[in-house]
Amino acid sequence: MISELTFRERRQALWVSGAVMVVGLLIAMAGHDNVIAVHGIAAALYGGAFLLIVYRYRDAPEPSLERLAQYYDDPTKVGIVVSLVWGVFAMGVGDWIAWMMAYPDFTFDAAWSSFGRMRPVHTTGVIFGFGGNALIATSLHVVQRTSRARLPDQFSPWFVLVGYNLFCLLAVIGYPLGITQSKEYAEPEWYLDLWLVIVWVTYLLLYLRTLARRQEPHIYVANWYYLAFILVVAVLHIVNNLAMPVGLGIDKSYSLFAGVQDAMTQWWYGHNAVAFFLTAGFLGMLYYYLPKCAGRPVYSYRMSIISFWGITFMYMWAGSHHLHYTALPQWVQTLGVTFSVMLLVPSWGSAANALLTLNGAWHKVRDEPTLRFMMVAAVFYGLSTFEGSFMAIRPVNSLSHYTDWTIGHVHSGAMGWVAFIVFGSIYSLVPWLWKCERMYSKYLIEIHFWLALSGTLIYLISLWNAGITQGLMWRTYGESGELSYSFLESMIAMKPYYVARGIGGFLFWSGACLALLNVLLTIRQAHAMETDKSDLTVSAGSSLTPADLPLTTEQRA
Amino acid sequence: MIFGAHYKLEKNSLALVLAIIVVSGIGGFVEIAPLFTIDETVESDPDMRMYTPLELSGRNIYIREGCYACHSQMIRTLKDEVDRYGPYSLAAESQYDHPMLWGSKRTGPDLARVGDKYSDQWHTQHLNNPRDVIPESIMPAYSWLLRNTLNAANLTDHLTAMKRVGVPYTSEMITNASNDALAQATADPALQDGLFARYGQDTNVRIFDGKPDTVTEMDALVAYLQILGQLTQLPYKDASLTDATLEE
Ligand code: HEC
Ligand code: HEM
Repeated sequence: MISELTFRERRQALWVSGAVMVVGLLIAMAGHDNVIAVHGIAAALYGGAFLLIVYRYRDAPEPSLERLAQYYDDPTKVGIVVSLVWGVFAMGVGDWIAWMMAYPDFTFDAAWSSFGRMRPVHTTGVIFGFGGNALIATSLHVVQRTSRARLPDQFSPWFVLVGYNLFCLLAVIGYPLGITQSKEYAEPEWYLDLWLVIVWVTYLLLYLRTLARRQEPHIYVANWYYLAFILVVAVLHIVNNLAMPVGLGIDKSYSLFAGVQDAMTQWWYGHNAVAFFLTAGFLGMLYYYLPKCAGRPVYSYRMSIISFWGITFMYMWAGSHHLHYTALPQWVQTLGVTFSVMLLVPSWGSAANALLTLNGAWHKVRDEPTLRFMMVAAVFYGLSTFEGSFMAIRPVNSLSHYTDWTIGHVHSGAMGWVAFIVFGSIYSLVPWLWKCERMYSKYLIEIHFWLALSGTLIYLISLWNAGITQGLMWRTYGESGELSYSFLESMIAMKPYYVARGIGGFLFWSGACLALLNVLLTIRQAHAMETDKSDLTVSAGSSLTPADLPLTTEQRA
Repeated sequence: MIFGAHYKLEKNSLALVLAIIVVSGIGGFVEIAPLFTIDETVESDPDMRMYTPLELSGRNIYIREGCYACHSQMIRTLKDEVDRYGPYSLAAESQYDHPMLWGSKRTGPDLARVGDKYSDQWHTQHLNNPRDVIPESIMPAYSWLLRNTLNAANLTDHLTAMKRVGVPYTSEMITNASNDALAQATADPALQDGLFARYGQDTNVRIFDGKPDTVTEMDALVAYLQILGQLTQLPYKDASLTDATLEE
């Protein structure tokens, strides 16, 4: 992999790794009396490790020009494996904290391992580690295929992938140490936020530079979604993380915003992290891998246009539904509900578009667990967006907010939609990339499918029950006009549901482990075989399937 | 027609980028920008006081431990919430909260008005191991809070940062930050006067954790919990906040 880099690219890699190492050491020195030093040392080790790895290839010959005739997929390959490793780790943590909620002493008597510190390890790990790496990996694969262009250089994709994982790693090391801004999904402190800005701008430029080289006149739908994901996440991240650091060597900052303005900014960010990180990006994945795997063009070009702009416009208004009946002014709450309900139209447009694409390929859905993963993902996407719009309505929200129903809703999207589409895409992508006919074991995929589906259903059903029970207990009045239940009674009533959730989560996690195993075995096996390379060669004009091109039938008409 | 225009748009990546930024930008702009300019958004409240350095440290421990993952600090305008937790929360009450800690999940009860509800001793015992006080509790035990001494060294920098984002700490408060923190938790009569002068006579000055010899993280966290809902008396004076206009 590294010998594929040119001299110049290797030199760039050495400089950047060295710079990370030096900055890490400086942080460690500046913050010697502070936990930030741990971050500094970790960054220095990370930079140092890459420095050593690349240095070992200092005398490797310049790679042959033949490489330019092939797509550049090495970062995608690494990204897929890294994504699954994050998945196994962070879902494991998710299940651990799930059990902690039933058995609070199911942890160590140590600060680092307590619930409040582990919970962001789970959320960051699954969203950014598992989801984010899958997005970066697949976006680089998709943009090359749909543009029929190679990535413009070989260094920047590595910088994006390796730099992004440094961000995730330091974030996850930081929470157990107590380093957090407390903003949900934006927990990392100011210096990590700055680093992510650098990485993310490089990512955007890489994407645009690749598009600029495209040999297809049209930019394919999947890329619209990936672009929206990259762009909007950049804007959200920068605005929501504006903060005043306490000092240069100090891992603490104070948000620029306070109180009600901070709440609105945070949920404008939080809701659209769901919309543009956990939805738009994965819709990009859906729009490429599902049609390609089904061997059918996307059902409707017009529907995808309407859905895309609907989602891009309306989601940004919806954040205030997280703040119903709070001190946020009423007019903002009203706007939030209105747009949240209208959002159902583009959301169901996308889901329907995906499912209708499968028309004529239902036998494949029945026989191929890979395609079934994607089908279920589209169904859960439809279900959770419906549920979301429903929960945004004020009277429903008065019951559901603050309860486990919200957590159930989140996981209907996170497990049913996000994780399912990732698994489906990875299972179809891995054989293409490693040039083998199929995954190591279809049987393991089949088992994974049923583990994941049953795990998700157990999780969702138990938390719907939990949430509605909780919500009703909190608002029930007795004959004499007194509240019927103490808070404690509602807490005790949750126990069976929390136990069930722990079991469901375990099933889901076991499935993720099988996925990692299956992918690793496929890779090992692939090195022994050598087959069709057509998908890997730039401008493989005649072998493009309909799904490679922008929805031709309707569009050409 | 529209589709024809789109057919052109999707051939130009920079136009697409621009379109995405504009289309997605509108919502946030319309909803967020006015919150900074419309005066009624936050009630004006001359009595509202700021966190003392000790309480601010406690708040930072609350953030560090992720208490907000299980506890909200936002009582909604619903009858059952007001009956259970007290007058609903006003925007003014979190105007100095950088960041806000309204929360989104109630695995445990709302804490917006928990100040003065229990004794310091109850909190210390409860935080040290909730099951000593409430056997069924699923709240984590925070036994290290009593063991860790409070790091009050760079509180001056903390207050300076807070001032930079708009909290009206005076320069005297900033210079005396570390001493004020220790004074509040050791109840040392020699140091108290300055603290009262700067933050008001109602400031809670006590040995919160029951250990007179050291100022621990427990002192800071309990001091913070005891001030929740007590930074201003405005919500308790205004009867309309608890009355029957609330939704069931
Ligand atoms: C895993 C979720 C969880 C976390 C994390 C958590 N708590 Fe709790 N908390 C609860 C539950 C459940 C209760 C109700 C049972 C009880 O009183 O122990 C509770 C009760 C309380 C109470 C009593 C409230 C009342 O009105 O009776 C206080 C005060 C409190 N917690 C403070 C904290 C602080 C401070 C932290 C962080 C250091 C924290 N909690 C972290 C779950 C949690
Ligand atoms: C093994 C499967 C999983 C288990 C057992 C699990 C468990 C949990 C638990 C226990 C919580 C805390 C709930 C609470 O505080 O009440 C949580 C929160 C969360 N999880 Fe998971 N999770 C799993 C998979 C996932 C996946 C795959 C994703 C995303 C891709 C995800 C995203 C989230 C998010 C965003 C939250 C925060 C929810 C909120 O604050 O509303 N989880 N999870």
